[in-house]
Amino acid sequence: MADHQHDDGRPPVLAPGHTYATVTSTISDIVLTRPLDWRWAVGMGIGSSLLLVFGAAVSMLLFKGVGIWGVNAPVMWGWAIINFVWWVGIGHAGTLISAILLLLKQQWRTSINRFAEAMTLFAVACAGMFPLLHMGRPWKFFWMMPYPSTMALLPQWRSPLVWDVFAVSTYATVSALFWYVGLIPDLATLRDRAKNKWVAMIYGSLALGWRGSARHWSRYKSAYMLLAALATPLVVSVHTVVSLDFAASVIPGWHATIFPPYFVAGAIFSGFAMVVTLCVPLRAWYGLKDFITIRHLDNMAKIILATGMIVGYGYAMEFFIAWYSGNPYEEFLLLDARPFGTYSNAYRCMILCNVGIPQLLWVPAIRRNPVLLWIISIFVNIGMWLERYVIVVTSLSQDFLPSSWADYNPTIWDVATFLGTIGLFTFLLFLFVRVLPAIAVAEMRELVHEKHHEHAAAGAAVAEAHGENR
Amino acid sequence: MMKSQNADLDKPLTLTELMRGAAAPEAESTGPRYWRSLSELADDGSFGEMASRAAARAQAAIHGLDEPSRRKFMTLMGASFALAGVAGCGVQPVEKIVPYVEQPELIVPGKPLFFATASSRGGDGVGLLVESHMGRPIKIEGNPSHPTGKGATDVFSQAEILSLYDPDRSQVAVHDGGVDTWERFLRFAVDLRARKLGEKGRGLRILTRSVCSPTVLDQIRRLREQMPEARWHSYEPVNRDAARKGAELALGSPMEASYHLEKADVVVALDADLLGWGPAGLRHARAFADRRDPEAESPLKLYAFEPTPSLTGAAADVRVPVAAADVLLVAAALAKALKVEGAPDLDAKRIEPHAARIAALAAELESKKGKALVAVGDSQPAEVHALGLALNAALGAIGEAVTLAPADELAPADQTASLVELVREIEAGAVDTVLVLGANPVYEAPADLKVAEALRNEKVTALIHLGLYNDETGALAHWHLPEAHFLESWGDVRSADGTVSLQQPLIEPLYQGRTASDVLAALLGQVGVPGRELVREYWKTRLPEENFEASWRQALRDGVVPLPAAEPAPAPPAPKLDKVQWPAPAAPADGEYELVFRPDPTIWDGRYANNGWLQELPKPLTTLTWDNAALVSPALARKLGIEDQQVVTLEFRSSTIKAPVLIAPGQAEGTVTVHLGYGRSRAGRVGNGIGFDAYKLRRADAPWSGPGLKLIPTEGRIPLAITQHHHDTKNREPVKVSTFEAARHHGEGEAHGHHHPDFSLYPDAPYKQSEDYAWGMAIDLNRCIGCGACTIACQAENNIPIVGKDQVLNSREMHWIRVDRYYEGEGAASADNPTTHFQPVPCMHCEKAPCELVCPVEATTHSDEGLNEMTYNRCVGTRYCGNNCPYKVRRFNFLQYTDNETPGLQLLRNPDVTVRMRGVMEKCTYCVQRINEARQNAKVEGRKVGGDEVVTACQAACPTRAIVFGNLLDKESSVSKLQASHRNYALLEELGTKPRTTYLTKLTHGAEAHEEPRHG
Repeated sequence: MADHQHDDGRPPVLAPGHTYATVTSTISDIVLTRPLDWRWAVGMGIGSSLLLVFGAAVSMLLFKGVGIWGVNAPVMWGWAIINFVWWVGIGHAGTLISAILLLLKQQWRTSINRFAEAMTLFAVACAGMFPLLHMGRPWKFFWMMPYPSTMALLPQWRSPLVWDVFAVSTYATVSALFWYVGLIPDLATLRDRAKNKWVAMIYGSLALGWRGSARHWSRYKSAYMLLAALATPLVVSVHTVVSLDFAASVIPGWHATIFPPYFVAGAIFSGFAMVVTLCVPLRAWYGLKDFITIRHLDNMAKIILATGMIVGYGYAMEFFIAWYSGNPYEEFLLLDARPFGTYSNAYRCMILCNVGIPQLLWVPAIRRNPVLLWIISIFVNIGMWLERYVIVVTSLSQDFLPSSWADYNPTIWDVATFLGTIGLFTFLLFLFVRVLPAIAVAEMRELVHEKHHEHAAAGAAVAEAHGENR
Repeated sequence: MMKSQNADLDKPLTLTELMRGAAAPEAESTGPRYWRSLSELADDGSFGEMASRAAARAQAAIHGLDEPSRRKFMTLMGASFALAGVAGCGVQPVEKIVPYVEQPELIVPGKPLFFATASSRGGDGVGLLVESHMGRPIKIEGNPSHPTGKGATDVFSQAEILSLYDPDRSQVAVHDGGVDTWERFLRFAVDLRARKLGEKGRGLRILTRSVCSPTVLDQIRRLREQMPEARWHSYEPVNRDAARKGAELALGSPMEASYHLEKADVVVALDADLLGWGPAGLRHARAFADRRDPEAESPLKLYAFEPTPSLTGAAADVRVPVAAADVLLVAAALAKALKVEGAPDLDAKRIEPHAARIAALAAELESKKGKALVAVGDSQPAEVHALGLALNAALGAIGEAVTLAPADELAPADQTASLVELVREIEAGAVDTVLVLGANPVYEAPADLKVAEALRNEKVTALIHLGLYNDETGALAHWHLPEAHFLESWGDVRSADGTVSLQQPLIEPLYQGRTASDVLAALLGQVGVPGRELVREYWKTRLPEENFEASWRQALRDGVVPLPAAEPAPAPPAPKLDKVQWPAPAAPADGEYELVFRPDPTIWDGRYANNGWLQELPKPLTTLTWDNAALVSPALARKLGIEDQQVVTLEFRSSTIKAPVLIAPGQAEGTVTVHLGYGRSRAGRVGNGIGFDAYKLRRADAPWSGPGLKLIPTEGRIPLAITQHHHDTKNREPVKVSTFEAARHHGEGEAHGHHHPDFSLYPDAPYKQSEDYAWGMAIDLNRCIGCGACTIACQAENNIPIVGKDQVLNSREMHWIRVDRYYEGEGAASADNPTTHFQPVPCMHCEKAPCELVCPVEATTHSDEGLNEMTYNRCVGTRYCGNNCPYKVRRFNFLQYTDNETPGLQLLRNPDVTVRMRGVMEKCTYCVQRINEARQNAKVEGRKVGGDEVVTACQAACPTRAIVFGNLLDKESSVSKLQASHRNYALLEELGTKPRTTYLTKLTHGAEAHEEPRHG
């Protein structure tokens, strides 16, 4: 409960002076009155333009084949898998914030969870594109799933790619459910506040008849908790399974037991960085500084710092084990090829972005400076992309037999496809802030209630159970 | 009345009349009543309806015709009436597929037939067996009865099957730029003969490449008898002029030397690419490998002195890079040391660094007299050949390890001189008719002869060109005639050792081609005599008359003509060196280099330029594809500051060309090598405009090398598609090397083999393994010479597509078996002359295959006989298996590589092997189709498949028998025995993948080699 008593001088999780009404109107007006904002128009313009690029890139891909990308004989996975892992990693923060922080009763999560969950969903949607598109014959994608086929064939269960199909689709399903369930009271709020009949009908039907009765609330709370508990292991499992794509192979640089924890930490690292990247402009543009406060940014920066250190530890361990194991292939790859080889630039940039620059977050003033934090988060995003690049490309390009070694270079279509998914992400995100409340209204009202309660109880040395209604 | 009617009937109806008549049948009021069917006769009214319906249908069909000819109309009309006869039926007519009325002998659908034939190149031949499926030749194998290959083939013979189906081959006769016919040419030929007979052949010149067909030689002889003033010139850009001239210098008559490596303990190759040059290379390679067997009494020791790295240099125990001009100095130093009479006293300063080595070699040769030979390459001048003969005589090799055969009397001994003579005569206006049979002098003649200009001489009123392609010469010709491929023709081929094979057609000519023999026959007044008769006619005069038919059939079946034993040739005279004028060794000027020409290792002199398989086959040593390059030594590159792919201007005797540089470890320092055969302008769609034309630098007096090359670096770059970018093994030792001595000790000690513990983390295969068969392969690195025949054989057998230069540049080549090449040696000096190792790498068929575990859809699985199988249909293309393969043998169809459009190429496909589409993985199958064929045969015969019965495509083609395949459960099989050898090791065996393909340690004589096989 010490969290609630910010007499330690930390900024509050909700700016003072807010009532139920101000919270509700500030957040829901963004959706319902839809003030035309040139910044939204520009963002949406960029997002939908890039979405067109995505369409072109995918059409070309389906027409000509995966050979339009830069993948080659030793490096059979390229940008597609890098992007996949990157997007999945980004998709981690949402569920982590929503579920784990909910279970841990971290109050400050309230104003960023909706947004982070939406980001998760969109990131997973982008991620899901790549494993499909990178296949040689994407129209046969359903062979990866168990279905009663006339060939009486099931997927090959020993393949991590099959685990991937399940991990990612489960994650996507649970995240979507969790997000939707959380949205229900807010959809009802929008329904009630809508002035247009059609809008009211749409939100109304999505609100599934929510009336805000005590029974509703009670069931809603337990469902939400259950989903949170369900989602929690998924946060760990998804990226663990993704890491097994690499760890289960024989390739030096992939074949490492440290991969699962190191990938999960990396995913949270990049996920939080992406939340910061998106939050900082959002709170500035939509006047949400009262809800997404410096306290939030500070906390997220701390998580970035912590997970960044874990990632750094992972890098150090890879080095150490390569040397300690005496495995000549790993030794060459990690102690020679990565730091000094063809891709040394990518490797060094990665270390700088993921281990070097986040060290600035030790300084509280930097953590609490939105602009600086935003810049650092961009570095982390780039660094984590480079990490996947280093893992995928360097390991494959120089594995066991030097005769087969070859360099990898992406083509314009690799870039177009990646930019295209960024377009898809941006498009969905801008659509989201326009049609759904970007901050959970009901939870914010709850927060207001709690804050009042706190003030009322302040002075009375009763640490009574206000935590019980969270 | 009747008369007019008859006249009417005689007159053919026009289309309109027919249409009108049929569309509006009017009852005839007068005249006799003709009825067209029984229903009309019965006149139930349905006939008119039927007829009009049929007419309407015909009309509709006619609207779709390009040219509504009456004939087509009648065809359609007839069909319509036939249909109309089936009144009231709306169903499709029954179509009958007629089976063979007379079953062709031996043809069983699905069962291939093999026919013996032979290919020729450069005056030598290789005996072949061609696999034919339902009349389609699809694969070439070596003929085991033929002494040249003993069942093996070189890369060229393998790729001939693609040339046969090449859609860019010349398809029609062309006369003065317009399409014409063979018939009209033959009429022209008859006139020509009549004219030339009158003139006794004056002004008639025939130009061919080296001819080794006895029939054609006989035709030329007869032609010259009939037309004594006609002349025959033959010119082959890669010829044996120097060898014949050298023999003439030393022996007094042009003779051709053959080397018999099997009879030598020590072989010195003086710029002689014994293993890679010409069909004889096959014979040498086999003998070399057999003599390098660790079981052999005294394994052959090979020394090579050469300016540019070759297969022979790579195989040599001691290889010394020397400039081409300095090879003479080496020969002279050896001759002096061996006290050869007449040995020249030349200034040996330039080979000073190698003096000790040469002295040691001379001592070794001295001690091995009678068991040593010196081979001189065709690219060395006549003086070196003369010296080589004297050296061999001093070593007692002549008649033993070196045999001499007299050159053909009729053929020009000096082909270059012969071509020069032709050009001079044309320039003098003495020639009016030039018949170019199968040659392409405009492209392949030395540049200083200006052949194209000469052939344009207006006195030449008939330039007739017969060629597989309408090539650079065809473009100038008045008559261009399509030549038949040898797989479409009757013919005969004599190999250098005297063996004669018959060529028999495997298929009717695809593109109206005819042979040189057919054209000569026309000039001999035998127009229209079939090719078979021409060949038979000749052999009737050669083979014993009483059993000619039997001999002929035997020759066709076996591929070798049963010639009566030839009388032993009289012993050649002892070589004398007194007539030889030794060239003054000139010190190279500063900033000038030596230029060396070589035939291209894969497209030879340019004749295979349009063959995609050969273009994409990595050239041995450089692994370059789709291009030629100027090879420079690492030292020279350092000195000039030039790097790979940088374009340099090569200036040689007033000619300049631009060429990309490729740094070749082992190149002699001041020597630059260029390969012939590229820069074609009329090769075809595949071969046009790639690489640079080295013939532009070639001179008649410097056909193989010359001093005075200037090399000017430019800023340009040309990307070179090489398939192996890393040269060293990074201390991983994929190729294990030991010495013969160590191997012998091992043999005594027994079971000294080094084996990693038989342990793997991977689970066993989920089902029971066969108790009868476990297929495996052993590749003896001690036999492999790195020629690449396995790669091409595999490509032909398994329908492997070519991908093109841009795809090779991105490492997407599709070869199922590749030949890795590693250089060994420490420091910068080793780059100047490294030890070279080759390692063919097919799929290892791991018992614990990493690829199988990671496939999400079970597209790659393990068979109960241990094959790692690819199910193309099931593959979705995640490429995880390719990533997880430690040997990187998996190949992916990144794009639609297989050409499904070109009809000719569809004929080429092996019907037993699935053609792969875009998006699926593929790899070596151990030729599973051949395993299954053997299994079927065994089942029919009620027995088990023999341990050595299945022969994979790579194994069949291998000239040195380095690849052995078979059943590992049969302890008597060759592969079991090899895998039991102490030299046997698995590649990357520490990974626990338990490969079924294993390697046998390479052995050398090297004193510096280690006692124990080195572990990776």
